[in-house]
Amino acid sequence: MMNWGDWLLWGFVSTLLLTTLLSGSQGLGWTRINLPFMLGTLVSPNRDRAELLGFGIHLVNGWFFALLYAAAFESAGRAGWERGAAIGFLHALFVLTIGMRLLPSVHPRMASERHGPAAAKLLEPPGFFALHYGVQTPLWTLAAHVVYGGVFGTFYRV
Amino acid sequence: MPGIGDYALIGDCRSAALVSRGGSIDWLCWPRFDSSSIFGRLLDPKAGHWRLSPSGNFRSERTYLPGTNVLETRFVTGTGVVSLTDLMPVAGEREKRSLLEPEHELLRVAVCEKGSVDLECDLAIRADYGARPARARVCASLGVRFETGPGTAIWLRSDAPLAAVEGGATGRVRLRAGERACFSLVYASDGPAVLPELGEPSLRAIERSAQEWRRWSGRLSYAGPYREAVLRSALVLKLLSYSPSGALIAAPTTSLPERAGGDLNWDYRYCWLRDASLTAEALFGLGYTEEAQGWISWLLNATKLTQPRLRVLYDVFGNRPQPERSLPLAGWGGARPVRVGNMALEQKQLDVYGEVVHAATQFVERGGRFNRDSRRLLCSIGEHVLEHWEEADAGLWERRSRDRQNTHSKLLCWTALDRLSLLQSEGKLCEERGERFAAGRERIADAIRRRAWNERRQAYVDEFDGTELDASVLAMSWLGFERADSPRMRATYEALRGELGSGPLLYRYRDGDSPGEGAFGVCGFWAVRYLAVGGGSYQEAAGAFERILPYGNDVGLFAEETEPSSGEPLGNFPQAFTHIGLITAALALEERAGRDGALPGPGGAQKGSPALREA
Repeated sequence: MMNWGDWLLWGFVSTLLLTTLLSGSQGLGWTRINLPFMLGTLVSPNRDRAELLGFGIHLVNGWFFALLYAAAFESAGRAGWERGAAIGFLHALFVLTIGMRLLPSVHPRMASERHGPAAAKLLEPPGFFALHYGVQTPLWTLAAHVVYGGVFGTFYRV
Repeated sequence: MPGIGDYALIGDCRSAALVSRGGSIDWLCWPRFDSSSIFGRLLDPKAGHWRLSPSGNFRSERTYLPGTNVLETRFVTGTGVVSLTDLMPVAGEREKRSLLEPEHELLRVAVCEKGSVDLECDLAIRADYGARPARARVCASLGVRFETGPGTAIWLRSDAPLAAVEGGATGRVRLRAGERACFSLVYASDGPAVLPELGEPSLRAIERSAQEWRRWSGRLSYAGPYREAVLRSALVLKLLSYSPSGALIAAPTTSLPERAGGDLNWDYRYCWLRDASLTAEALFGLGYTEEAQGWISWLLNATKLTQPRLRVLYDVFGNRPQPERSLPLAGWGGARPVRVGNMALEQKQLDVYGEVVHAATQFVERGGRFNRDSRRLLCSIGEHVLEHWEEADAGLWERRSRDRQNTHSKLLCWTALDRLSLLQSEGKLCEERGERFAAGRERIADAIRRRAWNERRQAYVDEFDGTELDASVLAMSWLGFERADSPRMRATYEALRGELGSGPLLYRYRDGDSPGEGAFGVCGFWAVRYLAVGGGSYQEAAGAFERILPYGNDVGLFAEETEPSSGEPLGNFPQAFTHIGLITAALALEERAGRDGALPGPGGAQKGSPALREA
C-alpha cells in the first residue's frame, strides 16, 4: 500500500532540492541548464512566464517521478537513501541520454542538431549528455538527481 | 595549387565546404564547422579531397544559381561541355517532416550539355585533419562505406561506376549530351545511415534546396543599387551561421595565412563577440529579423558561463573552444604553423562589452523586450566596464605582443555605457544605475579626447598617448562618439588614407606584426561607411565602394585581407567580418541616398547627386 502522505510531502521537498541545486549551479556559472525554463518554453515563448510555468511543470514532474520511486520501494519492500540515490543516478542517466536526445523532437521551440537553414526556432538543443549547456552539466544533473532520490528514499516510509 | 580566391563556399548552416574552380572540394569539416576535417587539401596535398572534373585539359566558369548557395561549375573541354552542380541539400523545417534526410550530405550532379566528356572522380577521405585514411568497404550497389571514427560513417553513392581504393574511391565515366551522373556523400552518426536515392530524387533535392535559398533571399529588404553584392554577402553570412544555436562563425577555415608564406595563421571557426554589433546591424538592416534575434539570443545566453566577464570567442554552443595546437600539415602555400583552436580566447578585450550592449540595444530599438536575466546581465556588464575600462587590453586586432590602452577598446567601453544610460533613461533597464553609467561615459569620453588625439599626427591614434594610426577609430563616426564631419574626424580620415590607404583598400595598421600582411577587408568598407555617414559626399562614398567590390572573387566572396598589388585574397575565407563590412557600408550608402534624395543605380557614384553633409 503506497504511503501517499510521504509521497506528497517528500516528493515535493526532493523536487525543490533538485531544482535548487541545478539553479545554484547555474547561478554559480557551472552549467547553463535551466530546467524550469526548458520545460516552460514548451507552453510559452515569454521567458519570465516560461520560468514560472516551467517550475510548475517541473514540480508535477518531480511528483510523478517520486511515484515511480515509491512504487520501486514498495515493490522491494524497503526504501533508504542508498536505494533512492541509485534510482536517482539511473533517472539522471535516462534524462541525460534519452530525455535530452528526444527533447528537440517534442519541444516546439527547440532546434534539433539538424536544424537549418531556417532560423525560426530559438532554443539550442542540449546535445549528448546536455554538454552544449556546459561541460559540467552532466555532473550537476547527476548530483541533483542523486540528492533527489537520496532524500526521497530517506524519508519515504514503506 | 588553387589560390584562396579560386574557392566557392557551399554549406547547410551547420557545416561548410570549399569547392575549387577545378571541381575539387578541398575543405570540409563534418559534422560541425569546428570538427576535424575529412577534406583538408587546402592545407596539405595529402589531407583529403574530392575532385570531380573532366580528364585532360578544360577551362571552367562558375556561378551560384541566382539567390542561392547552390554552385554551378561549367567545364568546357575540347570534346564537350559538362556542368557540375555542387550543394549541401537543405529544406524547410516543414518539408523535413515528410523527408527522410541524411544528417549531412554533399550532393554533386554532373550533366553533359554538349558533345561528350570523360568525367573523373577522385575521392580521398582523410579523417582528423589528414592524420589517417578512412577504412573503405564496398557494399555492393549501395556504394562505398568509410569508417572515419568511433560511431561515424561516411557513405559514397553514385550511379557511375566507382572502385574503392585505400581511404577513397576513384572512377571515370563518359557522359554524352543529355546524360548525367550523380554523386552523394553522406555523413552518419546514427545507425542505420540514411542513404538518399540518386537520379531524379537528386534533381528534386537540388530544386528543393534552390527554392529554400530563394525563399530566404526573397526576405532581403535591401533595395539599394548594390543588391547583388549585398545578397551574396547575406548568403555567405547565412552559410556561416549555425542554425541549431543561432551562432555565427568568423570563417569556415583555419590557418589560411594573413601574410603569404608567413605565420599569421589562425583558426576562425568560432564565434567572435567582436563582430556582435555589426552583425546585428547587418542582419536587422537587411530584414533578417529572426536571424538577428537568434544571434542576440545566442550572445546573451551562450555567454552565461562567464558573465559578466566575456570571453573573446566561444564555440557555437557558447563553450570554450579546444586549446590551440599546431598540426603536422604543410600549410597553404607552405604557411606554417597550421593551427586549430585559438589562444585569443585567453586574451582580455574590453571592446566586446560595448559590442554586446550595442547589439542588445539594437534588439530593443527593433521592438524587442529584455527579460529579467538580460536586464540583469546588461547592468552587470555596465558595472564591469565601469570597473575595468582603464585597464590595458589586447584590443580587437588581438595582438599577441603586449596589452595596450587601445583607443578602439575605450571607444567601445564608452559605447556600452552610452547605450546603457540611454536604455535606462527610456525605462528599459530595471535598475537605477543610469547616472553612474552616464558619469562613467563622460569620464571615458574625456580620456579619449585628451589622450587618443595626437596633435602632431593630427589624428586619433591607435592607443592612448600613442603615435600610430589604426583604421578602427573610424567607428567613432557611426557609434555617435564624434560627428563624421568634425575637423578631428576629417583630419583623422585624411591621415589614415595617406598612411594606411592603398587604392580603395585600407590596412588596419602598419606597425608591429603588420609588414607583409594584406589590406584588411573590413577596413576598406569602414572607410566607405565613414564617408557615407557624413565624412564625404555620396559620390565619394559610392565611388570607394564600387572600387572595392571587384576585389571579391568571381562569385563575390571576400577573404579577411587582400594583397593590394595583386588583388589576391589573404587570410581565412570567406570572412564574415568583411562581408558584414560590405553590408553595413551598403546600408549606410542606401540611407545616405535616401537623405540626399538620390536614387542611383550601380555605378551611380559617377552620376551623383548634390553632396549633403549629415545633419
